[in-house]
Amino acid sequence: MNYNVFNLLWQGLSGHKGWQQAWRSPEPKPRYDAVIIGGGGHGLATAYYLAREYGMTNIALLEKGWLGGGNTGRNTTNVRSDYMFPESAAIYDMALRLYETLGKDLNYNIMLSQRGWLTLIEDQHQMEGARHKANWLQCNGVDGEIIGAAQVAQMMPGLQMKGRYPVRGAFLQKRGGTIRHDAVAWGYARAADRLGVDIIQNCEVQGFEQENGRITAINTSRGRIETDRVGVAVAGHSGVIAEKAGFRLPITSHCLQAMVSEPVRPFLDHVVISPGTGVYINQTQKGEMVMGGVLDLYHSYGQRGNFPTIEKVITSAVEMFPAFSQMRLMRHWAGIVDISPDSSPILGQTPVENMYINCGWGTGGFKAIPAGGYMLAHSIATGRPHELAAPFGLNRFRDNRLVDEGAAAGIAH
Amino acid sequence: MIVINCPYCGQDRHEEELTYGGEAEIIRPVDPTTVSDETWTDYLYFRNNPKGIHHEQWCCSAGCGQWFKVARDTVSHAVLEVVTFDKRLSA
Repeated sequence: MNYNVFNLLWQGLSGHKGWQQAWRSPEPKPRYDAVIIGGGGHGLATAYYLAREYGMTNIALLEKGWLGGGNTGRNTTNVRSDYMFPESAAIYDMALRLYETLGKDLNYNIMLSQRGWLTLIEDQHQMEGARHKANWLQCNGVDGEIIGAAQVAQMMPGLQMKGRYPVRGAFLQKRGGTIRHDAVAWGYARAADRLGVDIIQNCEVQGFEQENGRITAINTSRGRIETDRVGVAVAGHSGVIAEKAGFRLPITSHCLQAMVSEPVRPFLDHVVISPGTGVYINQTQKGEMVMGGVLDLYHSYGQRGNFPTIEKVITSAVEMFPAFSQMRLMRHWAGIVDISPDSSPILGQTPVENMYINCGWGTGGFKAIPAGGYMLAHSIATGRPHELAAPFGLNRFRDNRLVDEGAAAGIAH
Repeated sequence: MIVINCPYCGQDRHEEELTYGGEAEIIRPVDPTTVSDETWTDYLYFRNNPKGIHHEQWCCSAGCGQWFKVARDTVSHAVLEVVTFDKRLSA
């Protein structure tokens, strides 16, 4: 059933009893042309583009829990594409451009809100860095501009301008903003399912059967599945899957937390990050303040928060917006992110011949979902990296050709 | 919150007082010019990333300043073993 205003009206008048299930829950078949591991945004996008762009429909997606139950449902829903290097700008901007039309493509409202993404500028060095970045973005054909302190104060009346980190201006990407995160997973799932992809939940990968350096079958908690090609999009758990397949990745897994306040009236119209405190904030359509900060610097697979980080984020948020001091925290959560040495993704071929990977997005995986899925689908379908993914191959760590976006875009880890 | 008893100064230190130093027992090739690119980049970039027991190094940075080794569960954060830097972990 297509979602449209007439259906909504009809269902509204008939008590909302006629809505169909958005996707099937099929039993796994004994064999597929390709299997995608990971039912988060990237895995679901891979399944969708593999079926739509590359015509592979005898495929399955395996998810050990439920769809979007990992990082896709645990992030701060931010999107932007103001990365510096041409390689990164191309791929992150492709993601944002695909997001801009995704609601129509999927017939699913992903609630894209391009409300503007502001990085505050708090000292002379950051101002110089921002000018440098603005020039890079202009060369890359991505939008981004520097605005003055007066305009920042006008855009965010509640922001403390003269605190410990006095605001001198901001770097603004107007196309940046937020998206309803669950809707991305559900929209892709529904669209992939309609194209014939078997989405199999509660199906954990336990091991691989290999012959001559190729995977022939996957052993799962729901039985053995034979396949010609395997795509992996499991973010923080990439190391676990790599170990089962017999290789190592230059990835460490860390816990990244976020938290949300009780809902309040409209107060903050944009997404804002303070480099001084490392905290970024936006207000949801429901009125809650979503706040995130730095990741826990030690290895972790514990999908839960801890108090030192909560304290840091909350004190910084109150410093930025003193009015928040009266608010109560409603809940907090954590996802396991996959940090690579250069803070850039790893896309394409693995040491196993017919296994392809999409990982290493670190703290910025959500904003990259459409591009990450597209790149992995291309690798699975053709056996070669997409031209935009070529600089991000695993071999860059062997050839010392890093894409050091960690230093360039000032990612906080 | 992670709390580790420093094997040098004997004090309980919580994670805010400690600095994490990544995987333990990584050995830098003595002469980088003679090893293969694979060995060298293994040393530079490739790390064990287990979901379970991880051997790692921590520094008592707000205390006595010494580095030591820890075996820790990366899911429960339980500290299983702490040894001084000259010893090997057994867990």
